[in-house]
Parts: sequence; C-alpha cells; structure tokens
Amino acid sequence: MISFELNGQSVSTDASPDTPLLWVIRDYFKLKGSKFGCGMGLCGACTMHLNGEAIRTCIYPIAAAEGSNITTIEGISPKDTIHLVQQAWVDRSVPQCGYCQSGQIMAASALLTNNNAPTDSEIDRAMQGNICRCGTYPRIKQAIKDAASAIQANGGVAYYTPSASTPASTNSPEALT
Amino acid sequence: MKSVNTSRRDFLKMISAAGGGLVIGFPFSGHAAAPVTTDNSELSETYYHDAFIQITSSNAIHFYLPRSEMGQGVYHGLTTLIAEELSTSPDLITVHHASVDKAFNNVEFGVQGTGGSNSMRTHYLPLRQAGANARMAILNAASDQLNAPITELTLQDGQVLHQNQRYPFGDFVGVASQHSPPTHSPLKPSADFLFIGKDRTRIDSHSKSNGSAQFGIDIELPNLMRAVLKRCPVRGGTVKSYDDKTAISMPGVKCIVQVNNGIAVVAESYWQARQASSKIVVEWDLPELAKFSSADFKHTLHTILENEDGKEAYIKGSGDTLLASSETVFTAEYWAPYLSHATMEPMNCTVRIENNQCDVWVGSQLPDVAKGIAALYSEIDIENVTIHSTFLGGGFGRRLSADYVAEATTIAKASGLPIQLIWSREDDMQNDFYRPASLVQFSASVDTNGLLNTFSVKRAGPNIQPYQIENALPGLAPAFIPEGITQWLSEKGHCLYKSWILDESSTEGLYESYDTPNKLVRHVTVDPGLPTGSWRSVGHSISGFFKESFIDEIAYNTQQDPVEFRLKNSTQDKVFSQVIEVAAQKADWGKPKHAGSSQGIAAHSSFSSTVAQVAEVSVINNQIKVHRVVCVVNCGMIVNPDIVRAQMEGGINFALTAALYGNIDVVDGAVKQSNFHDYPILRMDAAPEIDVHIIPTDNPPTGVGEPAVPPLAAAIANAVFAATGKRLRSLPLTMG
Repeated sequence: MISFELNGQSVSTDASPDTPLLWVIRDYFKLKGSKFGCGMGLCGACTMHLNGEAIRTCIYPIAAAEGSNITTIEGISPKDTIHLVQQAWVDRSVPQCGYCQSGQIMAASALLTNNNAPTDSEIDRAMQGNICRCGTYPRIKQAIKDAASAIQANGGVAYYTPSASTPASTNSPEALT
Repeated sequence: MKSVNTSRRDFLKMISAAGGGLVIGFPFSGHAAAPVTTDNSELSETYYHDAFIQITSSNAIHFYLPRSEMGQGVYHGLTTLIAEELSTSPDLITVHHASVDKAFNNVEFGVQGTGGSNSMRTHYLPLRQAGANARMAILNAASDQLNAPITELTLQDGQVLHQNQRYPFGDFVGVASQHSPPTHSPLKPSADFLFIGKDRTRIDSHSKSNGSAQFGIDIELPNLMRAVLKRCPVRGGTVKSYDDKTAISMPGVKCIVQVNNGIAVVAESYWQARQASSKIVVEWDLPELAKFSSADFKHTLHTILENEDGKEAYIKGSGDTLLASSETVFTAEYWAPYLSHATMEPMNCTVRIENNQCDVWVGSQLPDVAKGIAALYSEIDIENVTIHSTFLGGGFGRRLSADYVAEATTIAKASGLPIQLIWSREDDMQNDFYRPASLVQFSASVDTNGLLNTFSVKRAGPNIQPYQIENALPGLAPAFIPEGITQWLSEKGHCLYKSWILDESSTEGLYESYDTPNKLVRHVTVDPGLPTGSWRSVGHSISGFFKESFIDEIAYNTQQDPVEFRLKNSTQDKVFSQVIEVAAQKADWGKPKHAGSSQGIAAHSSFSSTVAQVAEVSVINNQIKVHRVVCVVNCGMIVNPDIVRAQMEGGINFALTAALYGNIDVVDGAVKQSNFHDYPILRMDAAPEIDVHIIPTDNPPTGVGEPAVPPLAAAIANAVFAATGKRLRSLPLTMG
C-alpha cells in the first residue's frame, strides 16, 4: 500500500508501484479533471502539484509519491472557493476544447505561488511544457497576468469565496444517463 | 394576482406536470428557412429528442445542442441564439449535448455532423426561430393567465414581467403546452439584441476551468474495464498469429481478445492493460501499404505531374492555352506533406452491451455514424443503440471518423464486458486519417498592366472523400442493404474517385478569388493507401499556402507590391479585396511593429468567410521567428465577437504548428512519428502576438472555426521572402 495526501485527505492505494500517479488518480480515485495527453511528460495535460510543485504525473510512479501532498485541479482551492487563476480563465474565456486547461491551470497556479509578478518570458518558461492544440496561448498568458494582479490585490491569497450574488452558471457537465 | 401566490404556483405546476412541459422543436432537414414546431401530440418520451428547447414547470430552460462542441464555441454560440429570443442570459440555460436524431441533422450534410464551419451559418435563423416560438408560447400563456395584453409583458432572465411583478416562465408552461405551439413567430429586431453581437464569456469556461467538463475519456461506469488495442504498425495489417501467454496472467487483466485489426487487452485499469499489451507478441500479415515510404513521394508526384494531364477540375476563359504564346510564364512547384490531427484528447470510446442494448459514450463529430457503426459491430438493432455525446477534446476533423467506435464496440462484444478503449498518443498519431500530402505545379502569365491573364494549376496527391465514404457508409447505410453491398460501395469509392469523380476538397482554394480571365485547374489522383481525412479547413489548409505564396511570387517577379498586386487582381470579389486592404492598414503595411522584422501578407476565402493576415517575421540564425500576426476577418454579422477573436487566434496557432513543424513520414507503410517529441506542437514561447479585426457587416453570420488556418503559412513564407529573398515552397517552412 502506498499512502499520500490527496487534496488534503489521507489516502492509500494498492496500485502497483510503477503505476503513474495520473492513472492512480483517474482509475482508482476516479478524479477525472487531470488529463492523459501523451504519456511521456511532453504535453502537461496531466499536471498536478506534488508538495506545491507542478509535476507531469503521466510519468511519475505512484511509489515516488509516498508521503507527499498531491493536489489536483479538483482540490486547487478550499471547498466553496474559487482559485483566482480559474476566475481569470473564465473571465478571459481561455478554454476552447478545454482538454488541456486543467494542466495549464495547475502549471500557472504553481508559477504564481513562486512568483506573484511574472514577466512575459518567465510565463513562457513556466508554461512551455504545456501544449494547447487549440492555440489559446495569448489568452493563457493574459489570464496569468490578470490572476497575478488579482492575487496581489487579494493580499497574496490565491482564492476567494464567491458571494451569493455572484452569478453562477447553471451549466454543469452532463450527468450520466 | 401576486407572483408569490403559492397555491396558484402549485396549481400551475400541476398542469405543467400533466402537460409534460413545453417543448419546442422542429425537424431541421430541408426546413432551414421554414421551421415548424413539433405537434403537441408528439410530446411523449419517444419524441423527446426532437426538441431543441424544453422549458419545465420548475423553470428550468434546457437546450439540446445539435452540434458537437470541440472548442469552436457552439456550446456558447448556439445557446446565445436561444437566449436572445427568450431575453434570458445564456448562463441560465442548461445545455445538453443532443443525442442522435434526424431532428439534429446538419442541413448541409444530411447527417448529424459538425464540420465545414457551418454551425452558426446554418443554425442562426432556425434556432432563433425555435427561441422566438418558445417566447411567443410563454407570452401567449402569460397573456391568458395574467389577463393582460402581450404588449404589457416583457421577458427577462427566465421571468415574465408585468406591472412590476415577476413570474417565472415555469408558471406558464402548463397552459402553454395545452395550446398548439406557435410557428413563424416574429424574430427579435436586431436593435433589441441583448446578447447577439456583444462580448460575453463562454458558458463552458466554468466547467473547463475546474476539471468538471466531461470528455469521452472521463466516462465512468460501474465495473467499467479499460481496453488497449495492439494494432499492426502498418494500417490495414491483420493478425497472423500472436502469443499472449505472459500478458494473460498479468495483474488486473480480464481477458485478451482478437478483433479485426489487432489484439485487445481488457483490464481493470488503463496502466494494467497497457503493460500487458506491451508483452503480447504478434506476427502480422502486412498489407500493400507496407511497400510505401513517403521519402520519395514528392519525387513520384513530380514525375506524375510532368507526365500526366490528369482530369480537368475547373476551366474559365481559354484555360491555359494562352500560356504557349506568352512572353513570360511564371511557374512554381509547391509541396505539403502528410499531417496528423493530434487532438489533445487521444481517441477513446466507451461501450456497454447489456440486455440487448448497446450504450456508447463518445465525443464524435458524426454521432449518427457512430451509432450506425456501433449497431453494425454490436449486431444490435439500431433502435437499441444509444449514443451519449460528450465534449470533444479537440476535433479538427479527426473525430469525423468512427474507427475508434468500431474498435470499442468490437472489443465490448468480444469480451462481454463494459469497456473504455483508450488510445495512447502513439496509437493516435500512427492511426490517424492524415491530411493528404500534395504537390502542385502553377503556371501563370501577367498582361502589360500587371494583371493576371492566365492562372493554371495542377495538383497531384491522394483524395479524402473515398476514406470518408469508407468510414461513414457502413454506419449510414439503411439496414436493408446487405452488408456485402455496403462493403462493396465503400471499396468502390476509391476506384470511383480515381477514375471519374472529382473530390472537390482536392482542388478547393487553389484558384478562386482572383479576377484572372483564363483559368485551368487539373487533378491527378495518386494514392499510396495511407488513410486521409478532413483536417481543419481541409483542402483550403493546403491550397491557401500554395496559392497565396505563388501570387506573392508573381507580385515580386513583376515588381509589384504584394498588397497592391492582390488588390488590383481582386476587383470582382469585394469582400476579398476589403480584408486585404484593411489588413494592410491595420498592420501598417511597410512599417512592421517589431524592429528588424519583415511583413508578408496572404488572404483566403473558405467556408463562406474571408480572412487576410499580415505576419511579421524575422529570420535569425536560420530560424524563423513569428512575432506578430494581424488578422482581418469577414464572417458576416457576429454573434459573439470574443469567440470570433478566439477562433482566429486558435486557428493561427494551429496553422503555425503546421507551417513550422508539421510533417508525417511513412517508412515501409508505418508512420514514423509517434509523440510530441517528433511531431512538435507550437508552445507558448513561440506563439506570436495576434491582433484580430472584424469587418462590420449585416450579412448573415458565417463560420470561424476553420477560415483562419489557410492564409497563415503563406503569410509567413511571404514574410520570409521579404526578409531573406528566399522563396520557401515546401512545408514545413525551414531555411535549411
């Protein structure tokens, strides 16, 4: 059994030690927000945080995650809060097909944790491991800058609790029928 | 009457429940201009999918999205049309991916397909009409119930406003559903638009920013097994023999089954299936394609173009006959290699066959073909097959093919288990329906005034249509056609296109926009057998580079400015010349924004939209750096300017990958590239600054998903020429 913290909860798995973290999260813990794109650490769709750092989980064996804190897109901010990076993504209508965006957001939020005012070239460097086939790069870059400003304005806290009056979309993912 | 009168609300809810809610819909096929509503008697569960809009007594507004959302924005854009007519924010409408039904057919295709950038163009009026009819139904009922003339009623965000009181739509659903639904209700005048024409954040941004948007690969079912398929490295190869002794006893493996194109491992988790698959040893019977390698293909096509006339695809005036007597004839040969789609979400499909029912969860651009394919391979009556559509993690034409649905259905049937087939990136890249490789030869002459006189082009390469027919026909052919005939027709497709049918997509975009009095287009089909398919903007994606590069050559060779030359040769197509003019203006033609860079221009019309782009490029140490692209688009009137800009940005970056890196090699029939290390995709550090300008017009809306792609490679190559004097006539563009 391999034990670790998943989005703040202690969990353990009997997956074989060589199983990539991505597939443990998707197939065993059934969290589907982190995506499979390449299986070689080349595209970043699978990006999660391991002890706060962005890692490519499609090539990260679960054995190496023993005892660490894993954060996925589902746990990027405390319950009932919205991460300011996610808010910036919505406000800039960043996603097109949306498939890579969990990974993009995890990479961007890790960047902003370490650097709350990144330059263009710092953003390029931090984000060049994440491919977006739809080509949303200009908006990703702008949203990261927006989020950086918003986090600074929020006293360095990267998330907020939406008020009841905040219009929320009724659009939810399709339920299985 | 008080809007808060509980007993009245309950009463209304009761009749609503009896009436089943108000459902507005209409058959699309052949009725685009004159939609009709479904008859009230059809409001049974059976006809549920005939409807686009459902308003419930609990005040929920449901919209059944007839097109597939793959990034292009129909989820938001088409919902906006309904929202507008109901004067209700798109955020308050619950959107569902429609299931398969003829009511959801694409009027231009006659099947339930998403492509050809036609979603907004073909749905703009019909969906507004559906919304307007729903609005009128609510207003009529509210007028009755509130005893007020319609003129005193206003709709706002799911409520009817009357004398400072607000009543939810749901209050009127019961009465509305008792009446015949209105038809031909007047559409809202554009002066009253609340949403159309205005920027608004996409309603699918929320779920796509918190990980909850569900793609095909995210489907989870009780006892769902994962499957991976080991295929022949050469497309079309079959299993001669295999050894699965090691694999079968590996952890989690449920079974290993042979299917028509390989050996499938079904296991409890993807990783287990993948590990076991790697231990299977297969001996293959190789197909004819194994004799093909792409290294010589360009040369082969060149020889064919030199020696064969091919078929005439288009002629105007005296064709190319005047070239023989022209003093100067400009000629050039252009090449584009095979390309993969490389959607971010690899192909996948989930199939459960149980109790004579077949359920399929899939992101598809042709869900009705997927349904037919699932019926065929599950051997279950098509009435008992259900397609559950999801978001598509990229389409770009790849998900028009149903090969992965056929595989998943076959594996589910053979294993007797509910399975999710997941392709690896390598599977995806090496089993694509590729953009066909193409070689063209141009010849042209210019008169003494610098005007194009004759423009001739001959293209050689594979077609797309035969593969599309082969893929779709078994899924569409009516059940009474014996399977053998369907197969025969599929195979015949290749012969037909070789001998007498011209595949329009093979020559589209090579010749259309310029005034030239004499034109000739010829085509030679040469197909080594690597499957081909539609790739974002299809023939235009290649033709745009060829045509706009060659036009640029002629401009320089006749000492004319590339912008001026294009303008004076496109006087008959005002939309075309306008985007060029505006692009030159917005880009400050002749004065690049980035110091030391050079500009190149290109323009192209596709899918009823027209785009011009000016690229600012520098070449440093033989590396092409694209700094900025100014893009001007005429796509009719705009439903959401922000989505138009997003599609221009995305189309440019998608095209930039193809322009700078895209190349698929075939060695002994097998695709050489396998993942993003040898098939690179544009990354953020190479993505240019993009400025989009939209031409204001009242013409009906046209598409934006594809038209940004065709001009881009030419704009860059033309800028490279301006910078270095070197004309790049092969994709991908390298200074080599």
